[in-house]
Amino acid sequence: MAESVGCARVSGAVTGQTPASTAEPQPNVSLERKESLMTARVGQKAPDFTAPAYYKGGFGPVKLSDFADKWVLLCFYPGDFTFV
Amino acid sequence: MSAVADKYPVLQELGVEVISVSVDSHFVHKMWNDHELSKMVKGGVPFHMASDQAGNVGRAYGVWDENQGIELRGRFIIDPDGIIQAMEVLTPPVGRKFAESVRQIQAFQHVRASGGKEAMPAGWEPGKPTLKPGPDLVGKVWEVWKPDME
Repeated sequence: MAESVGCARVSGAVTGQTPASTAEPQPNVSLERKESLMTARVGQKAPDFTAPAYYKGGFGPVKLSDFADKWVLLCFYPGDFTFV
Repeated sequence: MSAVADKYPVLQELGVEVISVSVDSHFVHKMWNDHELSKMVKGGVPFHMASDQAGNVGRAYGVWDENQGIELRGRFIIDPDGIIQAMEVLTPPVGRKFAESVRQIQAFQHVRASGGKEAMPAGWEPGKPTLKPGPDLVGKVWEVWKPDME
């Protein structure tokens, strides 16, 4: 999945869960799957994930737990080329 | 994101790594970096720009907006043990204040360095007094901290 970053429309995935591939139809993205997803809370372990990334001119996966023993500032934002 | 990219050296000095996440593909991240962000920030974006097209990561962090198919502005401070110490989520039209993220990181680093023996009162910044919670401080916070110190 995110380990190989090629032409495939890969997405980020939470560690331990099968990521939904955007290349294949996912008719049964079921409720229980959504309910089983962790929700981040302060004081709790940050959900680990792997995601394809752009980094200094190259493509490759980034994994949150690769930065264990460091402080991490994790920033979500609505989209590239937005104004804010 | 350009604000964070521009001030990345400040974070590096504090031993902080940055990961940005949106639903855009890594290809689009490259285009945004090459065509816009690199014109705002010398050398371009210095950290990983992650892609979460299916929203899996955003869901796990509670920032996935299924109506718009985007991720809300969510900022998480994660400590070296992988514990989320702070989170802030904004709707899209308002941007974050970088200096506030730095202040919070410094405060949590100070708490950690003290082994949890010190706490940071409202408005704490480096150099300002901290609180040392214990029996002697109960009912005596007014002696060491006043609202105008914020």
